[in-house]
Amino acid sequence: MADILLEVRDLKKYFPIKLSLLKSLTSKAPLVRAVDGVSFRIEAGEVFGLVGESGCGKTTTGRCILRLIEPTEGKIIYKGEDITPLPIEGEMRQLRRKMQIIFQDPYESLNPRMSIYDIIAEPIRLQNITESAEETLEMVRGVLEDMRMVPPDEYLYRFPHELSGGQRQRVAVARAFVLEPDFIVADEPTSMLDASIRGEVLKLILNLIEKTGCAFLYITHDFALARYTCDRIAVMYLGKIVEKGLTEDVIKKPAHPYTEALLAAVPVPDPMARRTDVVIKGEVPSPISPPPGCRFNTRCPYVKDRCIKEEPKLFEVGENHFTACYFPLV
Amino acid sequence: MALLEVKNLKMYYQTLRGQVKAVDDIDFWVERGEAVGLAGESACGKTSAMLTLLRLLPSNGKIMGGSVKFDGQDLLKLSEDEFRENVRWRKISVIFQGAMNALHPTKKIGEQLSEPILLHEGLEKEEAWERVGKLLDLVGVGAERLDRYPHELSGGLKQRSMIAMSLVCNPALVIADEPTTALDVITQAQVLKVIKELRQKLDLSMILVSHDLSVIAETCDKVAIMYAGKIVEFGDIASVFKEPLHPYSEQLIAAFPSVLGEKRELTTIHGFPPDLLNPPPGCRFHPRCQFAEEACKKGERNLFEVDKGHYVACIKRLVV
Repeated sequence: MADILLEVRDLKKYFPIKLSLLKSLTSKAPLVRAVDGVSFRIEAGEVFGLVGESGCGKTTTGRCILRLIEPTEGKIIYKGEDITPLPIEGEMRQLRRKMQIIFQDPYESLNPRMSIYDIIAEPIRLQNITESAEETLEMVRGVLEDMRMVPPDEYLYRFPHELSGGQRQRVAVARAFVLEPDFIVADEPTSMLDASIRGEVLKLILNLIEKTGCAFLYITHDFALARYTCDRIAVMYLGKIVEKGLTEDVIKKPAHPYTEALLAAVPVPDPMARRTDVVIKGEVPSPISPPPGCRFNTRCPYVKDRCIKEEPKLFEVGENHFTACYFPLV
Repeated sequence: MALLEVKNLKMYYQTLRGQVKAVDDIDFWVERGEAVGLAGESACGKTSAMLTLLRLLPSNGKIMGGSVKFDGQDLLKLSEDEFRENVRWRKISVIFQGAMNALHPTKKIGEQLSEPILLHEGLEKEEAWERVGKLLDLVGVGAERLDRYPHELSGGLKQRSMIAMSLVCNPALVIADEPTTALDVITQAQVLKVIKELRQKLDLSMILVSHDLSVIAETCDKVAIMYAGKIVEFGDIASVFKEPLHPYSEQLIAAFPSVLGEKRELTTIHGFPPDLLNPPPGCRFHPRCQFAEEACKKGERNLFEVDKGHYVACIKRLVV
């Protein structure tokens, strides 16, 4: 394997539920097991996708890695060093220069009172990267050009409300890339954009990844888009990774029944594609009291005794292809 | 005769800055038992067009012309009261976008779903609730949930309840505005399946408004593609997806990734849609169209038939 840039080892995040004062005297707060033992590695220059439905813990995983929320347990190893114990205000802040995030909604992630220049220059300023104002300006111009916002001078002193949704998201991407980070978390970066625009934003992101060689964690609910973007994919269900592998392997030969069900549910832009009308029933159980054994056992069409008694670990079903199922489909 | 026939429909929003031409001379029709998808990106006028059909426009939305014939009767000629009493919900009903917010939070499901029946048909409460219960069974919510409040239901169940609500007065046409947009993929597939089954069982006609061409491809018989207040292409779903005639449709369809087949490049359309206060002259897509010529900047074409049942509004298709 090439250089492992980032490793997530057995990451857990439990959120306590707030109880009323009276109840809190008599009982312990129940925990929402948002992320419950997630491990994966990302190589430099790789695009790694976390795919799952809402509430599966994909966003929490992304935020824990950057320590925007504190993990309950587990290790995050960045370039060989465990960054979970680092003090937030000190070394962690230094590291933020190398680890960035792109949020979902460009209408909320950009401060409406700041000009585009100020927004993109802020990380440069906070990290004291440049010596002069000219140098900062050059960096901002450069990254705007990378995002095809040309000529950059035309955008520098505009405000977010003067830009379209696609342009705003490009500014958010520019801000994440301006310090040339090694690692970026992108949480549904194109889900707010129209179909005709999102392809362009994704392409620009992929170009920048290639240019800077940074590793990219792409969080999405959209399997079809993940296919277009990611080198490898991990599918999450109820706080756990149920399958991971090379994107095409996972899509063409899903090993976990949940992956199969999820893929079957993705609508296809082709009226001729006659597909099975089989849709799994029911809804995702509560992460407060996940079912024992395999978490998918309540909905799995192939469930057997063992699935209810024991919890499967990830094991290899093919080259670089892992699944947490005792009876994998491949 | 088509069940619903929309001709030259225009609806402009009156604003202080001028008229926003949200729906500008659109033609389409829905045959009995057919599902027509109305596709387009944000702000293309698809929701405005539906609100016009239902006469649910905000006070500044003015219908500027055209006709909406339902069973031969021009709905635009009806008075507000006639429309409310005889058409809305009895003949045409709607499933609103975002079921999460469309249900009344402090009323029981049975209570709010039976309201249209009580208002329109004057049945006794028990009869109305019984009918609602049957419909809830049909959409897979279950009659036992009549006594529940919306917050006790999941998103998928709320959306199904909305579907049941649209059916309580036995309408001939149901308009679904982004019925699955806020739902997760599997829940979406479940809801779409319910819609498909209902159409077969009840012989419903439907208009499905969505930005997601994949959803339309899976559920509809025909599709109308809207851009900047106009319908640019209308036809049988298979021929539009297989052989799109308008450059915009072609590129929009290619912008949707698929999990099936070979992986291919996603296309993107440069630029962004025009301001509908001041749409460009001629074809509204010409500033973004790679095939645009001088003629496109001047001449504007309404839909015309190219192949049987396949209509397009692009002058370049006139000369083959």
